[in-house]
This record gives sequence, structure tokens and C-alpha cells, in this order.
Amino acid sequence: MKEKTQVADIDRAFYDFRYEEDESSFLGCGITPDIIREISQEKGDPEWMTEFRLHALKVYERLEMPAWGPDISGLDMDRIVAYIRPEKRMQNDWESVPDDIKETFEKLGIPQAERESLAGVGAQYDSELVYHNVRKEVAESGVVYTDLESAMHDERYAEMIRSHFMKLVPPTDHKFAALHGAVWSGGSFVYVPDGVRLEIPLQSYFRLNARGAGQFEHTLIIVGENAYLHFIEGCSAPKYYEASLHAGCVELFVGNNSTLRYSTIENWSKNMYNLNTKRATVGENAKVEWVSGSFGSHVSYLYPMSILNGRGARAEFTGITFAGEGQNLDTGAKIVHNAPDTSSYMNTRSISKSGGISTFRSSVVINENAVGSKSSVSCESLMLDSISRSDTIPAMVVKTDKADVGHEARIGRISDEAVFYLMSRGLDENSAKALIVSGFAENVSKELPLEYAAEMNNLINIEMKGSIG
Amino acid sequence: MSELLNVTGLHTSADGKEILHGVSLTIEESSTHVIMGPNGAGKSTLGSAIIGSPEYTVTSGSITFRGEDITGLTPDKRAKLGIFLSFQNPVEIPGITLSSFLRSAYENVTGERIKLFDFKKKLKAAMDVLNMDSAYAERELNVGFSGGEKKKAEILQLLVLRPKLAILDETDSGLDVDAVKTVSAGIKAYREQTGGSLLIITHNTKILEALTVDRTHIIADGRITAEGGAELIDEITANGFDKYIGR
Repeated sequence: MKEKTQVADIDRAFYDFRYEEDESSFLGCGITPDIIREISQEKGDPEWMTEFRLHALKVYERLEMPAWGPDISGLDMDRIVAYIRPEKRMQNDWESVPDDIKETFEKLGIPQAERESLAGVGAQYDSELVYHNVRKEVAESGVVYTDLESAMHDERYAEMIRSHFMKLVPPTDHKFAALHGAVWSGGSFVYVPDGVRLEIPLQSYFRLNARGAGQFEHTLIIVGENAYLHFIEGCSAPKYYEASLHAGCVELFVGNNSTLRYSTIENWSKNMYNLNTKRATVGENAKVEWVSGSFGSHVSYLYPMSILNGRGARAEFTGITFAGEGQNLDTGAKIVHNAPDTSSYMNTRSISKSGGISTFRSSVVINENAVGSKSSVSCESLMLDSISRSDTIPAMVVKTDKADVGHEARIGRISDEAVFYLMSRGLDENSAKALIVSGFAENVSKELPLEYAAEMNNLINIEMKGSIG
Repeated sequence: MSELLNVTGLHTSADGKEILHGVSLTIEESSTHVIMGPNGAGKSTLGSAIIGSPEYTVTSGSITFRGEDITGLTPDKRAKLGIFLSFQNPVEIPGITLSSFLRSAYENVTGERIKLFDFKKKLKAAMDVLNMDSAYAERELNVGFSGGEKKKAEILQLLVLRPKLAILDETDSGLDVDAVKTVSAGIKAYREQTGGSLLIITHNTKILEALTVDRTHIIADGRITAEGGAELIDEITANGFDKYIGR
């Protein structure tokens, strides 16, 4: 048992590092209209945004905490520092990024990743983007990739943002959406014009770096018609000693005949409450593809939602969740079929070990008008020991008889026979189990770009080493 | 010839029930041994006990390999010392290709890293011996393999891992004539290429035709009831096991 702890600590240390924050940049704990005004003023929000924030705060105060799902009573909202102002303003040039920040990024491999043909890096350090560089190629294609704050002030995009911002996820959606609307800060704005197919993926890397700091980044992606975009969001946060909150929001607008692929690996530190909201609206014959890996956080509520609004619209969701000791990860996806001939496909894997709880929750709604629609949901769970838990809670509401729906769920434990077989070929017990888990996760890792797949396998190995004593 | 494996007075049980009641057996380096016996006699149990299956508990007796007592070692350690078991029913491992699994096994068993290119070359050579299409290497380990394909994949592993002792548990069962031929060719190639020893558990003498058998052991009811040279096989083939059961 002792060795087990050591291994886990050493390995996590790579991800769990942080640098000292200047305390003066905290705006204070708790959230009041005055704080919202202060944030808004400091950010130089347009007036409508200030009003939006104040309205969202009212909604926040009115809404109750969720009464379902994992326990979040450990989250003290009065202690969450909503916003930390970075020392420096936006940077476009790597050389001028402050050294300690650069060091953080270097540990994460961002500049290397960029050199290796990633199109643009929008890495969020604390609450604002400090480094943002869009490759010439991307810019020349007409794709806009910038932070939301500057885009709001750019007359070319101001109206677009105003008409889309939190229209898909309104503050009234739930308490944390309201909180997000009030205090959001940082994040990405992507606009892909009609007919533009961007073959190289855009990447952002979010990270929290101040104790007790919440992160409320907003990602707004608008893809025009006949277009293609792959957006990669990767998250990993340092270790803190008190509860942290992540309540981000992702809104995706996918135009007719377009495809948007949205990939995420989340590896929040193990004290994080990850209450993230992601939603896409999908046009005629358009497609949204979600690839989602959830490894970190203490508690997660994460159910990316696809609303199939155009005839022939499609959604694919591929997800993996790995819940270890002290983790309660409630993940899944929601699909709404809102037009004829729409189709959805959900394929997930969840792994739990060392007392971790992994719950797969899905909701598929096929409305009256969605005749000729198809939906297929498949979820598999693997429990690595008898103290871990795995549940599946699939919901289906089908309001037309002219639809084809299927659901398949499998829950199993790691097979002793398989472990023995691999051990008889020279793999020690940990490696054998890690290999079996990697194989189980393969349907997700094969959907990820190579370096992310490698990172995911690393994460699995790290998790596995800590699990078997 | 020096001694490779020594089993002395081995008693094993599973779920509290004793299966082997004191089995002793010695295998020399570079030799071929055959174990025969009726169903349920404990043949496979002996093979599993030698590789260290957690399914069986050794209640008394010992196993030594090249002079080292391995009775308490986990299967991975035994594999690293050079013991290999070809499973009767190898399990399916979804999501892992035969090729990547075998490379990982190779690196674990030999303790050295191998470049992908070099490994592919090794793998290709072994696959050629078994007339296996190279596409098999990229299939998920044993997933959806037919009985014959699984057995071939086991022998492929044998050829790549080159153990000092290969225990083949009913490798010929359920194979058609052609597949038996291919598998025998693989086993013969293993003997010729590595000089390793074989412990062949079988019902069938077809698989032995290409090999020179040094020693035959008959197991019945958890005990070795007869031992002899290759001639014992012919006798069993002609007369069956009756004579060796329930002394």
C-alpha cells in the first residue's frame, strides 16, 4: 500500500505543478453585483455584456443546486475566486510570454505541439488568454480563431457574438450555466466561413493555476455551411488543497452540410468540481462528432448535448471516463432529434477502480417530427475491483413510431483469466491490467490525434500503477 | 544432458479439491516430452501449474527450473525465465493487436527494447513458417479468431518469444488435417531454431509425427502411472489407456 501511494504521487507530480500567484490580483471571494460590475469594467465589456452578466447573476441566485447526481456539497461557492487577472495582457509572440507561464506551458508541451503542425494555440492561463497565436495558414483560409473578449470588440464579429452568446445554453439552463453567464472569462471564438474546410485541427489548452480559482471559460464556435473544423480542447490542472470549480461553457453552431469534430481530454486535478456545459446545434445534413475523455476531477457532471435541428443531421459521441479513488464522475451525452431523418450514435466506455464511481447517463429524445430517425447507444463499463462502482442510466423518449432506436449496455469486471494469460507472456500484473484497460479504451483513443492518444495511454498507465498494490 | 525442469511430488488443488496427487517429472534441455492420459486426468492442470496459474494452489511439492525454485513465482517471472504455455483456449483481448501485444511480450520476456521495424521483420519470418497472412498481426488479440487461428497465434508467439521450455496444451485439438500440419511445422521450427524443450499435452499423435519424442508420461487420476520412450505412444494408440488407469 505504501508503494502504491508513492507511485501515484510521483507520477501525478508531473501534472500537478503550479507557480506562485501574486495575491493582489484576486478580486475577492464570493460573487455580488458589485464584483460582476468590477469584472465587467476591468474586461472592458460592451454594455450589453455587463447587462447580460448582471441578469445571469440574478438567475444564479434564483436557481437551486442540482438535486440529482453526485454530491457537490463540498463546494463552497463563497470561497471561489471567480476571476484572476493575469499580470500581462494578450501575447502573440512566444518570446514575450512571462517566464513562469512559459515554463508551465513548456511542461505541458504546448510550443512543441504547435511546432508539430497544430494550427493555433489558445492556451488559457488562469482566466485570460495570455498566449494566442494563429498560424498564417489558418488566418489565410479565412478562419477566425481568437479570444472571445477581443472578438466582442471587433466590429466584424461583435454582432455575431451578441446573437449567439449563450443562446444555445441560456443562463436559465441550470445554476452553473447562470454562474458562468455572470462571471465567464477567457475562452475561444472560432468562426469558419461557408465553404472553408480546415484540415489541420485547432487546439486550445485550458489550465487553472491559482488555488481556489474557478475557471469559467467560454468557447463559441460558429461553423458556416459546407465547412469542416476539428477543434481540440485539452485540460489539465495543478493540484490544490481546497475545492476548485470549473464551470465552462461550450456552444457549437454547425451549419448545413458541415462537420465539426470536438475532441477533449480532461484531466483536472482530483479536487476539482467539473460542472461543464457543452451543446451543439446541427443543421441540415450536418454532423457533430464529440470525442471526450474524462480522467480528472473529484466530481464531474458532463453531458455534451447535440440538438439535431436540420433534416439529415447527425451526431456521434465517443467517450471514455476513468474514475479512480475519491472520484465520482457522472458523464454521458444528450441527443435531441428535432428533424426528420436525423441519426445519432453514442459509444462510451467507463472504467472505475479503487472505489471510484463512474456513472454513464444518456438521454435520447426523438420528437414527433423526427420521422425516419435512428439512434444507437452503446455503453460498456469495466470495474477493476469489487469496491468500485459503475452505473448506467440511459433514458430514451421516442415520440414517433417511425424511428429506429437501439441500446446496448455491458458492465463487467476485469477478467482474471485475461490477466493470467498476459502474465504468462511476461507482463507483470500492473502492465497486464493496463494493457487490458488500454484495449478497452481503444475505441476512444483511435479517435484521438496521435499525441492525445499517447497522452491518454499515459494517463491510463499512471492511473493503473496507482491502483494495484 | 542437463536438467531444465524438475517437478517433485507436486500436489495442487483448485477450490479445495486436490487434482494432482504427487506428480514428479524431469525434463532435460533440448528434449521433447509427451504427456498423455484420459480426460480429466490432470494433464492441463500440470501445464498450468508449471506456468503458475493462480487457479491452482500448490499444496505440497516443488517446481524448479534451471536449478531455481520457481514454485512461488508469479507467471510473468516464470515467463521471463523461459517458460511458455500454449493455451488450449486463449482469451480474447479486445482493442490490442496481436502485433503490439507480442512486441510488448517480447520486450518483457527478453528485457530489451526492440525497434518496430526489427520486430516486424521477426514477426513476418515467424508468420511465414505458419503460412499466416500478415493481416493477422493487426487483428485484435484472439478476438473473433477461429479455433485454428487461435492455435496458430499461440504457436506464432512461441516462435517469436523463443522460450527454453514450451508447454503445448492440446494445441492440436479441434484442428483440421491441414492446420495440424501447419502447427506441427511451427513446433518443429521452434525445436530446430531454438533447441528449446517441449512438453506436449495431447490426445492425438498426428502432431507428433514430425517430431522425435524422447520421453512419454501417462497421467491418470492426478498421478503419473507410466513412463517410457516414444514406443509408449504407439502402445497407447493401439490399446488405449485402460491398462494405466486405477492400478
